[in-house]
Amino acid sequence: MGAGHGHRLHFHGHSPVHRAPAHLKVLALLAFVLLVVATPRDWYPVFALHLAVLLGVVALARVPLGYLLPRMVVEVPFLLFAALIPFVAEGPRVGVPMPGGWELSLSEHGLVAAWGLAVKGTLGVLASLTLAATTEPNEVLRGLQRLRFPDLLVQIMSFMVRYLDVVTADLGRMVTAMRSRGVDPRSPRHWPALARTLGALFVRSYERGERVHLAMLSRGYDGKLPETVR
Amino acid sequence: MHVPDGFLDAPTSVATGVIAAAGVGVALRRARAELDDRTAPMAGLVAAFVFAGQMINFPVGAGTSGHLLGGALAAVLVGPWTGMLCISVVLLVQGLFMADGGLTALGTNITLMGIVGVVVGYAVFRLVLVVLPRKLGSVPVAAAVGALVSVPAAATAFTLLFAIGGTADVATGKVLAAMVGWHLVIGVGEAIVTGLVISAVVASRPDLVHGARGLATRTPLVTSELAS
Repeated sequence: MGAGHGHRLHFHGHSPVHRAPAHLKVLALLAFVLLVVATPRDWYPVFALHLAVLLGVVALARVPLGYLLPRMVVEVPFLLFAALIPFVAEGPRVGVPMPGGWELSLSEHGLVAAWGLAVKGTLGVLASLTLAATTEPNEVLRGLQRLRFPDLLVQIMSFMVRYLDVVTADLGRMVTAMRSRGVDPRSPRHWPALARTLGALFVRSYERGERVHLAMLSRGYDGKLPETVR
Repeated sequence: MHVPDGFLDAPTSVATGVIAAAGVGVALRRARAELDDRTAPMAGLVAAFVFAGQMINFPVGAGTSGHLLGGALAAVLVGPWTGMLCISVVLLVQGLFMADGGLTALGTNITLMGIVGVVVGYAVFRLVLVVLPRKLGSVPVAAAVGALVSVPAAATAFTLLFAIGGTADVATGKVLAAMVGWHLVIGVGEAIVTGLVISAVVASRPDLVHGARGLATRTPLVTSELAS
């Protein structure tokens, strides 16, 4: 269990953005995305300003864009959804001449709405990625604590973050074992085998939780995690 | 499945944030009553399990794949309040640490999947369990029906939010038809996987399944005559 203490999104660095207190970064991110969401979508120059501010922070953090951009794929399904809107939205239509002599009929409102969704979603994902890339998960948790997040919720989140890699590695080993016995986890034909694996994973995770709890009790846990000094 | 930033307007996002905060607050209190001081490690580990389960994709046709949402699954395994807490924590961690789902949409995502998905899934599970014969074998079936209903229910709730605070001029009927139709397909996958997982856990550790409480029969202790 020595592996997996790093974080998949974290980009190690020592920039001012990396060093900034996590609670301020979380607040800044929240304020930024709220501002982006509240910006009327036809204020086109303002979005350029948002992007410039964001790219400024990324540059200050010295996180290469080549590191962030491939990680933005999480929003692809919603970009596809946005791309569909001009076809189904109401309102006046606009014809776009296509090669082959026919016209593609798109809704004007839909085009503006799709632009709004795409630009706001993209800015939001890039901003969240910047936080994740410059802040260790433990720092985010400490930041949430300083923001007076409910203590129990922070504890649960810290346990999830701590054991995430352990549990996914557990599942990874089971899937490897299944594959080596000729099971294809993606095929519905093998769902029963996959489901038994997930069932076993639940039992293992639950029992691990019980063992962790007993280990904590034996070290004097009384419902509160001790303050750890860095 | 995660709603990103900008999908719903700012007032709706804030309103769902308040609903989500209230829901998580209640879930925290009720889960603590259920789990006592085991809450933090147990809910954390179950949340990690739900996250791992969501990594498994299944094909839903047309070249796309869906993945387990796990609302009904978590509710049946660990109870509705702890389940709601776990799904919410998964969404919080995904939003805050992995840029998956927008930060302003966190309230929306928790409301849809954490609250609506879990509550509907568990309510349907309980209802179906009343109708079915009182035996352990009914639990996976009821869980599957709960999962089947919970996914389109969350999609319907999304449509409702979209009608109130949507940022695109699309007729609500069209959104509803598309969302519910599509999620019915995902719901079938969700139902099959949920039922199979529950039946696997029920077969090996029925004592761990919250939804099977009171149904598991203790194997009587058989003593032999040899002892005397």
